[in-house]
Amino acid sequence: MEQQALIPHLFRTEFRKIATVLSNLFGIEHVEVAEDIASETFLAALETWTYKGIPENPTAWLYAVAKNKAKNYISRNAVFTNKIARQIKYSLSEGEEIEIDLSDKNIADSQLQMLFAICHPSISTEAQIGLSLRILCGFGIDEIANALLTNKETINKRLYRAKEKLRLENVKIEVPGEAEINMRLETVLTTLYLLFNEGYYSESQDAVLREDLCLEATRLTYLLIENEQTNKPAVNALLSLMCFHSSRFEARKNENGEIILYNDQDESLWNYELISKGVYFLHQASQGDKISKYHLEASIAYWHTIKADTRKKWEKILHLFNQLLQIEYSPIAALNRTYVLAKANGKAAAIIEAEKLNLADNHYYFTLLGELYTDIDNKKAKQNFQKALSLAKTQSDKQTIQKKLTTLDDLMIDE
Amino acid sequence: MKEFMLIFRHEDGNKVASPDQIQIWMKQTMDWIGSIAAQNKFVLGNGLPFDESRVVRSNNVVTNGPFGEIKETIGGYIIVKADSVEEAVEFAKGCPVLQGEGNSVEVRKIAKDGKA
Repeated sequence: MEQQALIPHLFRTEFRKIATVLSNLFGIEHVEVAEDIASETFLAALETWTYKGIPENPTAWLYAVAKNKAKNYISRNAVFTNKIARQIKYSLSEGEEIEIDLSDKNIADSQLQMLFAICHPSISTEAQIGLSLRILCGFGIDEIANALLTNKETINKRLYRAKEKLRLENVKIEVPGEAEINMRLETVLTTLYLLFNEGYYSESQDAVLREDLCLEATRLTYLLIENEQTNKPAVNALLSLMCFHSSRFEARKNENGEIILYNDQDESLWNYELISKGVYFLHQASQGDKISKYHLEASIAYWHTIKADTRKKWEKILHLFNQLLQIEYSPIAALNRTYVLAKANGKAAAIIEAEKLNLADNHYYFTLLGELYTDIDNKKAKQNFQKALSLAKTQSDKQTIQKKLTTLDDLMIDE
Repeated sequence: MKEFMLIFRHEDGNKVASPDQIQIWMKQTMDWIGSIAAQNKFVLGNGLPFDESRVVRSNNVVTNGPFGEIKETIGGYIIVKADSVEEAVEFAKGCPVLQGEGNSVEVRKIAKDGKA
């Protein structure tokens, strides 16, 4: 790999490892120091490699430099040494060198512990997502702002406040004990779920970045599965869901970045390896006696990997949506249920149900009504699509609705 | 928003339905509850099976359920959110239990925070 491509690549893979291991060593109150040292390490690589060429083992080079910088920081910074070094986990005897462990095992352990620290109930979900992207995934502030469709200042402020909060709460960087783990795991799973969704449903123009977000969320979920203590059914269900969704990456957008709806997707673009992984983890998730929303969403996603348009399929999916809505209501689940109801029980039944949904500010609601009325009352269908168009905010949503209007107009001319 | 309990009363709990019929009722009940949940009005619900049921009477006599003397039984309940009893009644009207002649759904407001 050329240097120009190599450094960003290593930044993506190694920054987070250095940052988490050092954060673990220094404690949550010094996450920023860890981040700075990781950043300086890459700066040093940029300067040195430009003149001297790329070292034989670039990763080892980075680790060595990061270790040196960390050691220098500790010995140079008197306040840090006095106040913190004493608390450093590895209590040192006089004259002993500080050990910075960048082995694969310690990196994985540190990431897992850090994941729990970041997904602490004391900070907002938004902040948890931002911090995860920064510290656990090594995203730059620019990238985070781009992915979350906001600006650098907002992200900087959000991250700063979150770190302050974690410091004040004296949050420990550790995997919580057995008594607490289920409750804390729930917050972690929510954050990973939303992190994935940020990537999957993001309006960001940067396709590579969107996919990266999903991959990172999947990687972090897999970390939980690799650890016996956190390898729980709900975690497997969430990973299964991520696999099923990811399997449609290629198929769900065209070259212009426009969404291709499920019905119009080219199945040959689906990733069948990911689908079989999804099936595997869904099977793993079926141990235990509690059904989480991830179980239901993964099962729904599973049925969507079967393209045959049978009534049995839609009845199964309807049943799953019925259960999902009982666990947790969301407008999108309510709308999807109504769409599925039309497939299972017919459009007439679905229209009655749709009219009961109180979602008059939601453009998806009117798009759905438009779909349901198409072929039944095309005038009403048109009114609903027009209403949807007036409420839609993003360009891709408007395009999708516009296409439906055009198709409907053609239909009405033929009548 | 208030909460109401919808209690399913079966006129004759001893009637035995075929597995196919039970299957159909189950699906209808799930769709009915799903419809309420899709309106964000569902709180919780439960079926009340006959096995492991007992009736404890005033002199501490325990019998195996009320069946025998009284035919009418309670088959289950759900709790819904509604602005008024009228809205709760509209939900109750869709309950598949009502397909059985003589069955009924009782709508009762839940007293919260000591306020009836």
